[in-house]
Amino acid sequence: MIEVDHLTKNYGLVAAIRDVSFSVSPGQIVGFLGPNGAGKSTTMRILACFMPASSGMARVAGYDVFQQSMEVRRRIGYLPENVPLYTDMRVAPYLDFVAEVKGVGRSERRRRVADVMDRCLVADVQNRLIGKLSKGYRQRVGVAQAIVSDPEVLILDEPTIGLDPKQITEIRSLIKSLAGQHTVILSTHILPEVSMVCGAVIIINKGAIVAQGPIDTLVEQFFPTSRLEVEIAGPPSAVRDRIRAIPGVLSVQDQAPANGAARYTVEAARGRDVRAEIFQLAAQQRWDLLELKRVGMTLEEVFIRIVAGEESSESPEGVVEKSVGEPSS
Amino acid sequence: MKIWAIFKKEMRLYFTSPVAWVVLTIFLFIAGYFFASIFSFFSQASIQSAMNPQMGRDLNVTDSVMRPLFSNISVILLLLMPLVTMRLFAEERRAGTIELLLTYPVRDGAVLAGKYLAALGLYALMIGLTVLYPLIVVYFARLEWGPVLTGYLGLLLMGATFIAVGVFASSLTENQIVAAVTTFGVLLIFWILGWSADYAGGSIGRVLQFLSILEHNDSFSKGVLDTKDLLYYVNFTALALFLTLRSLEARRWKG
Repeated sequence: MIEVDHLTKNYGLVAAIRDVSFSVSPGQIVGFLGPNGAGKSTTMRILACFMPASSGMARVAGYDVFQQSMEVRRRIGYLPENVPLYTDMRVAPYLDFVAEVKGVGRSERRRRVADVMDRCLVADVQNRLIGKLSKGYRQRVGVAQAIVSDPEVLILDEPTIGLDPKQITEIRSLIKSLAGQHTVILSTHILPEVSMVCGAVIIINKGAIVAQGPIDTLVEQFFPTSRLEVEIAGPPSAVRDRIRAIPGVLSVQDQAPANGAARYTVEAARGRDVRAEIFQLAAQQRWDLLELKRVGMTLEEVFIRIVAGEESSESPEGVVEKSVGEPSS
Repeated sequence: MKIWAIFKKEMRLYFTSPVAWVVLTIFLFIAGYFFASIFSFFSQASIQSAMNPQMGRDLNVTDSVMRPLFSNISVILLLLMPLVTMRLFAEERRAGTIELLLTYPVRDGAVLAGKYLAALGLYALMIGLTVLYPLIVVYFARLEWGPVLTGYLGLLLMGATFIAVGVFASSLTENQIVAAVTTFGVLLIFWILGWSADYAGGSIGRVLQFLSILEHNDSFSKGVLDTKDLLYYVNFTALALFLTLRSLEARRWKG
């Protein structure tokens, strides 16, 4: 649905994005992650046909964003980063304007505007001036204008920024409900959000794609081990050595000991569950097993590892497979 | 129609914000003041001419009331129209709404046409409301409608040119004041060109006179329809709109 091929954008001498390639298949929700200034907004602006790339190609719904921009623009809903809206217009007439300009017919418009106001929870402010609305409402009006024409592709730049936790949940479930019939690419800073909403992620740093693919695959790639946290009251060196001796365990590390007991971080090969063996060991040795817990690797850790890895110039690119993305249609 | 959608949106913005109301009020107040003073001066002259039939022969209400009124109105417009057009593109750029507007499936030409026609619509309303003045005149005196009609046509064409210049200036900047000052400067220069025509003399004088933006309006208010004046305004408007379209397209290329 979205194909980006060797896209580069220069602002004068500075390259905002360099040689960016990725693809998003239909019906997918993809998170576009990266630190500030990584080139997320630039990429989205190019996809939305707001500005041209310096080189490379981008296709949305099968149409080239530069050559066939009108066809692309008919099929997208776009929410720019700072949610620019006409502050001197009222909500309902504004959405009606957007629907009309996007080619929704007169008879269908009324129904679609009402529907979209319900879905985005702005129906109660429909006669208010947009300029007088709170940030949360404005954000939702922004999302409403993006989906009012029921576009195939949604490009949402930071859709949940500035919302309170309840509103974030609401917008998230709205975006989730779009999966299937719509293809969504959304950028965000909030990593837990991505794991909740998106099936796959694209991570961009300093203008270049550093990782992409389904979240689980990425986590496995970056953390090929599974990790346990164990708290055992027993002689530390013996505990360490005995756990180390369990087949499959790769390393055991001390954490700060607390009231006689000590915490250990145990890394084992992925897919190897050593919890039962640790329990047996403790029982056998008459050590007190106080805690035994599996630590899930999160996207957050992947992100930090990738971005920090880039910073310390110890390039993880050897590890990262460049195009994990599904074949697009 | 996409143009119609843009037109309605611009009209809404003019009228939900105080812009249109303030412009209409101030314009009608000043135009009304001019009309009142010109008309009362004329009626005094009429009373005096009742005693002096020789002087009465030259008195003509169309020539002595409507013509100076049209010329005064064009000066008000010169000051006011830059303020009507300055927000059309500059405000969209400043607020960032242009990013959405230009990613909707609308051609740049349709965006421009919608905005231009909205400003022209507001302008037509402004001068349309001044039709009250000739109606007042016609209640008291015999008015020749021909020159009044051509006078209004002249105002409309001249306003269309002012707006086109204003839209162009607005498309160049995101600062509304810069847009207004630029428009005002351009219009003013084309006005005062006519002044220098008198002492420049010769063929240079004639060229300067031809370029003057208010000069062409004068023949309309005399009741003369000259293709030279028509073409002047039409070409001026077309050139400014063409340049605006180019300046909108430039953004797509350079980003």
